[in-house]
Amino acid sequence: MNAIAKQLYCPVCESTPLDVCPTEACRQWRELIRTQLSQGMSETEIKQYFVDNYGARVLAEPPRTGLNWLVYILPPVIILAGAFFLFRSFREWTKPKVASAGSGAERTEASSPDKDDYVTRLEEELKKRK
Amino acid sequence: MTETIPQKRGVPLWVQIIIWLFIVGLLALVGVILSKRQQGTVQPGAAIPDFTLPLFSGYEYEGRSEVKLSDFQGKLVVLNFWASWCKPCEQEAAELEAAWKFYEPGGEVIFLGIDYVDTEPEGRAYLKKFGITYSNGPDMGTKISQMFRIRGVPETYFIDQYGVLYYVKVGPFLSVDEIKSIIAQKLP
Repeated sequence: MNAIAKQLYCPVCESTPLDVCPTEACRQWRELIRTQLSQGMSETEIKQYFVDNYGARVLAEPPRTGLNWLVYILPPVIILAGAFFLFRSFREWTKPKVASAGSGAERTEASSPDKDDYVTRLEEELKKRK
Repeated sequence: MTETIPQKRGVPLWVQIIIWLFIVGLLALVGVILSKRQQGTVQPGAAIPDFTLPLFSGYEYEGRSEVKLSDFQGKLVVLNFWASWCKPCEQEAAELEAAWKFYEPGGEVIFLGIDYVDTEPEGRAYLKKFGITYSNGPDMGTKISQMFRIRGVPETYFIDQYGVLYYVKVGPFLSVDEIKSIIAQKLP
């Protein structure tokens, strides 16, 4: 009986599962579950009875329909997106950002062809003046 | 010679726009839900949408096992939300029944009881205990109570002959006269 009651919430006391709720309304519900079990009803049938009579909001796990899907999709999507952006940010923080233009030995990926051309011409000018 | 080369890589603009739109949409949705929750009950002056109330056996209306609000156009409807587990409801049960007995012969006023989040055996026992005779039925799926955005029980809604709510009583009535005075506001 408690296994089923744990999966239900009475609308009168919204944040307390039925199995531990001390109100009279919840006591009546637990009694009803006990009666239904003794009549041979299955867990699914009992839960369906409660949904039909009191609405889907009595379920601890909202049914996977309509806007309720957001409850199931949003948290993993947000966690994955957060992990992705963290990974990207860490990778960029750890990348070398300083390039040595004089030697030409170290260049960052961000160097554009225009920059290369500029550096080459600069080096040529410097050589001419030596 | 060293120089800092700016990093040009980042999240594309279209991705940023989608993310922001998503966040704004989500916040708007949460805002709408929260504001609906804090609105309180339906306020006087509101036209009440039609709804269907199934009736307990023995508490039918003129032999019908379910009624619609629209069935009572031209009549004043007193809609009382109650539950067998609700102690304050017991305080007003006798007053409501006495008021019903007063208006029943005239046929201008209809009393409807809506049993909120209750089990049928307990609800029936309550009706029997207090000798209630006017039509009563369960709020299947709590659809009607959600429509009225009730905050608890007992709550009573007075709907005029045009289907417009004109008075809300939160909590139990203290006397039959209190009920009569509210009904008298809309009776010729």
